Amino acid sequence: MAGKVKWVTDIEKSVLINNFEKRGWVQVTENEDWNFYWMSVQTIRNVFSVETGYRLADDQIVNHFPNHYELTRKDLMVKNIKRYRKELEKEGSPLAEKDESGKYLYLDFVPITYMLPADYNLFVEEFRKSPSSTWIMKPCGKAQGKGIFLINKLSQIKKWSRDSKTSSFMTQSTKEAYVISLYINNPLLIGGRKFDLRLYVLVSTYRPLRCYMYKLGFCRFCTVKYTPSTSELDNMFVHLTNVAIQKHGEDYNHIHGGKWTVNNLRLYLESTRGKEVTSKLFDEIHWIIVQSLKAVAPVMNNDKHCFECYGYDIIIDDKLKPWLIEVNASPSLTSSTANDRILKYNLINDTLNIAVPNGEIPDCKWNKSPPKEVLGNYEILYDEELAQGDGADRELRSRPGQSLGPRGGRSRDSGRTVLTTWK
Amino acid sequence: MLQEESDLALIIAQIVQKLKGSTLYAQLERQAWASLQRPEIKLESLKEDIKEFFKISGWEKKLQNAVYSELNVFPLPSHPAAPPEHLKEPLVYMRKAQVLINLRNPNYENGDSHSFRTHLGLIQVPLKVKDIPELKEFFVELGLTAGQLGIDDSTQVPPELFENEHVRIGQKVLSEQDSAAAQQYIRQGSPTALRAELWALILNTSSQPEDILYYEQLKTNVIQHDLLVDSLIYKDVKLTASNDDYYFVFEDYLYQVLLCFSRDTSVLGHFAYNSASPPKSYIRGKLGLEEYAVFYPPNGVIPFHGFSMYVAPLCFLYHEPSKLYQIFREMYVRFFFRLHSISSHPSGIVSLCLLFETLLQTYLPQLFYHLREIGAQPLRISFKWMVRAFSGYLATDQLLLLWDRILGYNSLEILAVLAAAVFAFRAVNLMEVTSLAAAEAVLADLSTLKVMPLLQIFLFATVT
Repeated sequence: MAGKVKWVTDIEKSVLINNFEKRGWVQVTENEDWNFYWMSVQTIRNVFSVETGYRLADDQIVNHFPNHYELTRKDLMVKNIKRYRKELEKEGSPLAEKDESGKYLYLDFVPITYMLPADYNLFVEEFRKSPSSTWIMKPCGKAQGKGIFLINKLSQIKKWSRDSKTSSFMTQSTKEAYVISLYINNPLLIGGRKFDLRLYVLVSTYRPLRCYMYKLGFCRFCTVKYTPSTSELDNMFVHLTNVAIQKHGEDYNHIHGGKWTVNNLRLYLESTRGKEVTSKLFDEIHWIIVQSLKAVAPVMNNDKHCFECYGYDIIIDDKLKPWLIEVNASPSLTSSTANDRILKYNLINDTLNIAVPNGEIPDCKWNKSPPKEVLGNYEILYDEELAQGDGADRELRSRPGQSLGPRGGRSRDSGRTVLTTWK
Repeated sequence: MLQEESDLALIIAQIVQKLKGSTLYAQLERQAWASLQRPEIKLESLKEDIKEFFKISGWEKKLQNAVYSELNVFPLPSHPAAPPEHLKEPLVYMRKAQVLINLRNPNYENGDSHSFRTHLGLIQVPLKVKDIPELKEFFVELGLTAGQLGIDDSTQVPPELFENEHVRIGQKVLSEQDSAAAQQYIRQGSPTALRAELWALILNTSSQPEDILYYEQLKTNVIQHDLLVDSLIYKDVKLTASNDDYYFVFEDYLYQVLLCFSRDTSVLGHFAYNSASPPKSYIRGKLGLEEYAVFYPPNGVIPFHGFSMYVAPLCFLYHEPSKLYQIFREMYVRFFFRLHSISSHPSGIVSLCLLFETLLQTYLPQLFYHLREIGAQPLRISFKWMVRAFSGYLATDQLLLLWDRILGYNSLEILAVLAAAVFAFRAVNLMEVTSLAAAEAVLADLSTLKVMPLLQIFLFATVT
């Protein structure tokens, strides 16, 4: 009989600990022999750092990739996506097709972004093209909406215009580095309120890319009615959907927490906008997630001891176009409502079922191909191996005209195949 | 034969009378005048040519829809000498009861000490309600042999079997703009994408500039004058919709719609067939003098706790406030008012309660007796579901499927049938409880229920 899995964590959250305990796993400390470590991003840095790092054994699994920040730091994510697009363009891929105004047709899913202070001059040039636009300043290394502010005048970011030539991102102090993105001031409003989407995506391996989408994502609503008016630029409650911020608003409600299920969103959009545009929207969302993962796959350290569950933040504009705002490596495991607690508990449960098969002592050499039955509320978002192989032996029903080429691998909508309208 | 003919003539006369004052009449008149310019209209055959023109241009269809709408809403014609109160409510004791009810909270149960037959429920009123064989006939389209949205569109069923065709038919019905066909179609459920339009067609709402202007005027009234009922509305929304997982998003829309609703005097029209009467208020010092009476609130409807839940589900369908408003108003004057006024109408709350209790007692007698023994009269639990038409109790997509059928059958009886079906579904657990509180707990959470299978099993698959 195999021994019990020994687990460690430095995140004291009940949704985690309850899941470990229900599997009969044994808690140990970091210095003992452990099999499973759910670590914070600080700890993963230590484990894989040159000075303090150590080799992981075959029966040890961790919940982050060593250089996840290639995806989860705002500036690096943008850098990798830009690089990915240029590469596709160079090799003449149809994915990199542009329209008459030079915008990518299929890969324009990140709002125009610049790094400050490095790209300050480039930014100013872009800013001057449409001087009435609003931009959002975000510190690269922070989360939960900390340090974010909106600007609509160059004078508001004077301090980043200092001539500071830095050679690489590594030498910049994370405190000073900011990204500035074009603010999406025409978000889709429901009931007059702005919202964003939080979707969970599990990546078990980057090469070949295998990722899963959690079916139970949710929308986070602002408590105050949205207005693009300039007088409200300072009112963070109107603009920032992070629960961490909204929680302190006057109207914050502890029963629903300002959250809607993605199914509600789907019902609302289908009823008010129609089925085709809604399906197209959801297809596009899946598409941009997969593209973002493909963009970082080449630079990601595909350590076999690792898996990762990301929190994707997406905003939909009033033309029903989804925009990738950022990816979180450590999505919040705090529960703001009862429903929330259940959702996050199940999220961890399903994640563990996929990452640690059968709840037994892991062997990181396994093929990372879990059987369908353990997916729980996850569905396959993209499986590179399957997509490149012959698609005929999959049990997916395809509708006539559906191409199962390298872009195949679609996300299934509650068991049924959804026609992806990917060209 | 003669009686039927004169009845028909009476109906026609009443409808013509009603439509003469409508916008549609004015529009038809305008169109008729304008059509005189057309080459195909000849003086010799003026009447036929204009009729032909109306047919081709779709105006005949609009007239058909309007007539159909009136038939749905208005009760059958009575004796010409009958006083107007009879139109509102034919049974005298009901009228008396309604006067009393006007002064009380509509969450009230009618319980007399007289018994009739061996009815063991709370409603002791000898009204005629349907039994299961009659319900099976009435709801024949929900039967096991017909396809249903809410059952046959589930993920395990290939769409080619029913869903695709049903959607196609729905699109055709919409393009024909035929109210009656839409009403028949929706008995099998509406596809999500077509629902908003289908409901608008069945309720015969229009989106003319006049309608939008009317709504804007109501909004202006809201800004200019406060009403005391406004506080009731605020309180209601804050207590119900704002705490609801599905509807909290639409809080602002709910305020808008309900505040305008209170000021909309056109709603007073429905009191002609509503057993209730609008409360009257008198200018100071002129109590009792009719010339100084005003209806209060202007629309004659005092909102109560949970009232905003009638509007909330509609927010999923209509994101444009004036359209949302129109649909709600129409739903109210056709259906929802019956849920909080005492009448003998088969869709009135009293009949629904009686129907529920009768179904339960007849087809689940063991359960009924058991619950009664432990002091948990079933109606005490199901009453709140029916009064709110299940809004706030079912998941929104299920609720909309249920309301599809309300529109399709032009009747609220399905609420009572569903309530009974829910009890039947949870019967095993309910048989084990020993207190009202425990029974409430078993039936506290309906959010996972699938409405159509429940109804089908109860009506068509239970041995009667």
